[in-house]
This record gives sequence, structure tokens and C-alpha cells, in this order.
Amino acid sequence: MDKLKIAIARGATCSGCEIEFVDINERLLDVLGIADIVYAPTLMDIKHKDVEAMPDKSIDICLYNGAVRLEESEYEAKLLAKKSKIMVAFGSCAYTGGIPGLANITNRQKIFETVYRDTASTENPDFVVPQTKCEVSGYELTLPELFDEGVKLLDDVVEVDYYLPGCPPLVGQINTLLDVVINWVGGKGELPPKGTVIASSKTLCEECNREKKENMRIQKIYRPHEIEIDPEKCLMEQGIICLGPATRGGCGAKCINDGNMPCRGCGGPTAAVLDQGGSILSAIASVLNITDSESTVTDEEIEKMVSQIVDPLGTFYRFGLPASLLKRKVTEKVV
Amino acid sequence: MADEKFEPNILVFCCNWCSYAGADLAGVSRLQMPPHFRVIRTMCSGRVDPEFILHAFSKGIDGVLVAGCHVGDCHYIGGNYRTRRRVPLLKNMLKQFGMDSERLKLDWVSAAEGDKFQKVITEFTEKITELGPSPYRAK
Ligand code: SF4
Ligand code: SF4
Ligand code: SF4
Ligand code: FES
Repeated sequence: MDKLKIAIARGATCSGCEIEFVDINERLLDVLGIADIVYAPTLMDIKHKDVEAMPDKSIDICLYNGAVRLEESEYEAKLLAKKSKIMVAFGSCAYTGGIPGLANITNRQKIFETVYRDTASTENPDFVVPQTKCEVSGYELTLPELFDEGVKLLDDVVEVDYYLPGCPPLVGQINTLLDVVINWVGGKGELPPKGTVIASSKTLCEECNREKKENMRIQKIYRPHEIEIDPEKCLMEQGIICLGPATRGGCGAKCINDGNMPCRGCGGPTAAVLDQGGSILSAIASVLNITDSESTVTDEEIEKMVSQIVDPLGTFYRFGLPASLLKRKVTEKVV
Repeated sequence: MADEKFEPNILVFCCNWCSYAGADLAGVSRLQMPPHFRVIRTMCSGRVDPEFILHAFSKGIDGVLVAGCHVGDCHYIGGNYRTRRRVPLLKNMLKQFGMDSERLKLDWVSAAEGDKFQKVITEFTEKITELGPSPYRAK
């Protein structure tokens, strides 16, 4: 049998996803026994031109991590999609936009102003910013363009076969994916249907060990550092925003069970949900200090209650703004 | 075109037990109303998931009105307690998305308040017309 050919492609990545892939530890040796890593710019010296020279569909599986926010990332995604049989969106950034996706509340000009002018450690009086082309001593230098329209999903630029959520996906989830692919290559199993998300089909709350009350109420919202967190009780009941109800299980509720911290939603939306942020907004607002004397509660008091959540957009779409229904910030015309 | 008259698209969610009956009463009483809105009837205003509203905005709707029974009168007792929290929280979030939060409105209309429905929808239509097309149109 020919060895399986794997590519590890990347867009705007922190490399955490790649590190997690290497973290499969001794399993990596098994994998390398049956597979060749033919493209992984983080791990080896290889260029786009080397991939361009490969025959179409000659790579079995491409794991693409990182968000698509540079012309170059989009090119890499399209090139690898052409050369690979299976394309996997690996990790939150590729799947739902991830942390870089929060850039969709701003635009290129503002990002340049912050990064190349306003930060405390920057001295750039002429406000020199990256250009896609410039001439130096008679040579033309080029840089890929940073999209003004914001961060895109891998799904926006190529056809994706499977999604592996998580920031980064956990070793267990990576092993599940590898098992499926290895069995398929060995003729011992079928591939899951296209579009499968390699995680649980249930919400994260189902994987959480905490005691959940029927008629739960949030009295006041706290940030995790503001209170002593009870490790037995549901975090929401303690007033800590937990994205569990709107997030897909699969990680084993790692942050909650192992870390005594709330879920921040890196698993992405559950199968039943259109919009992760809308879904958690609904869940939280529905239990926000409803009492038996509701008729006496004024609109102003409600206003105060909901304003305790200072950054709903950033909290509810921390890992998935480009995958949300509204996708990015807009500007109203001034009337 | 700057001088072309802007005709807003407005979506109205009415709960079955009060506001839909109120809208119906406005209709059978032949009260004059601007024709720019479409009504979707839900059993309760509490059934109006914020995702529905986000979905409507993502499709380029210019304004969304949610109408339900007055607080204390919800057929399901507490449905509108949820609504009156979700809508303001969603408005806060829409502001962060760069939208004018007045594009989303919550009001209470009972089955007997045909005239109130007329007033609310007329004023809302005027407001949305003044704001112009949603910035999410053609996105
Ligand atoms: S998903 Fe997380 S770990 Fe992976 S590249 Fe993005 S930020 Fe890094
Ligand atoms: S909301 Fe969070 S803490 Fe509460 S049950 Fe769900 S996952 Fe667990
Ligand atoms: S608990 Fe939530 S934030 Fe933590 S790993 Fe799981 S999905 Fe991600
Ligand atoms: S039935 Fe009218 S608001 Fe609940």
C-alpha cells in the first residue's frame, strides 16, 4: 500500500493547532509509519512552488489551520484544495474564524493605525505601513494583501470536507479523525458524509459534570476573577457567563471540568443552532434575574441588568464572528 | 439613487394571543397604516428567538418590530419576561455590529389595542424610513 500523504497547511495561525497535532505523541510515530507529511511549512522547508508541481489530488488529506485573512492564505487554501482529496478545516480559526475573526469589528485602516502607529512601543512618525508592492534599489518587493473585508472562513474560499473544532482541537479529536482516515485508506471503513463536524452532536452542557438546576436564575453577572468559583455548581447559576448551552460538545467540557473556568465557545455552534452568539444571548437573557414580582420591574432596571454584559459581541462570538449571521461590523450612513 | 424614494422592508413578529389580534383589529377597523411591513405570527413573543432577528437582518431587512402581550398578560405567563431581556441585550449587541439599535423595537399591544398597533407601526415605519436602508443590505 502506498503511504498516506498528509499536508498541514496554514493561514493566520498561532501554530497552536500544529503543536497539538505533534502532541499526539507516540501516535505520531504510528502515523509516520503509514503516512508521509508532504507539506507543512511550519515543520519543514517547503514552498508553494513545490506544491504547484505536485499532481492534482495527489495528497490524501490536507489539514488547514488558521484563519483566511491574507491573499496568500486564500491562495494556499485553493492550491491545497486542488492538490488534495480531503480538505479539513482544522481548529476554530479555519472552522469559524477563531480569535483572529474578532478583527471583523474593525477594518484594515484601523488595524494598521493601531499596530503601526498607536501602540505604546511603536515609533513611526511617517506612518509607514505595509504595501503590497514597493520598489527598493530597483527591485520590486511584494507582500500579500491583508483583506479589508475582514477574516474569511476556510469554507468561504474552498470546499471543506470535514471540520475539526477547537482552539486547538484536542488530541482525542485528532485521533478520531486519524482513525477514520487510516481505516479508510486501509479499506476497513467508509469516510463520514461530507460536512461532518468531528465532535459531539450534543451541547457542551451534556459533557459538564456540574449540578444543573431546573429553574436556574442568574442574579448578577460576574467575571471569573471576581468571585470564588464553586467547582460543583453550574457556572451560569453563579453568574459567570458560560457558553456551554450554545457550544458543541466534543472537548469533554475541558475548561469547566478540568480548569474550573467557563466555556468560551471554541467548539463552535451546536448542530441545531444557526448562530452561536444569538443562541447564547437567548439562553442568558432568558434567565437573567426573573423574579416573582416581574410586573414591578421597570424597563430601566432591565436595561441595567443586560448592560452588566459589557461586551456581548466579543463574549458571545469570541471564536466565531466571521461564522455568525452578520459576519462583520458595518457602518450606518449618517442621516 | 439619492432622490429615489426609499421603501423600507419591515418585519413584525406578533404573538398569537394579543398582538396578532391587535393587528387584526387594526385591519378590520380599517385604520390606515403604511404598507411596508409583513407580519409573522408566533405563539408567544418568547418564541421569537434572537437568531430569527439576526437572520432577518443578515438578509437585509431594514427594521424588526417584536410585539407581544403587556407584561403580566402573556398567555404563557412568563414568555414576554424573556423577550423584554433578550431584545435590549440584542440591541446592545447590534450597536457593536455598527447598526442603529432603533432598527429593532419591542412594544406591547393587546388584543383590544388596534389603535396602538396602528400608532406603533406608523411611527416605526417613519423611523426606519428616516434611517434609510440597512447597512447589511446587499452584504
Ligand atoms: S484555532 Fe486556536 S490554536 Fe489553532 S491556530 Fe487558531 S488560535 Fe491557534
Ligand atoms: S452552562 Fe456551563 S457550567 Fe452550566 S451546565 Fe452548561 S456547560 Fe456546565
Ligand atoms: S470548554 Fe468550551 S472553550 Fe473550553 S475547550 Fe471546550 S469548547 Fe473550548
Ligand atoms: S402570548 Fe403574547 S407575549 Fe406571550
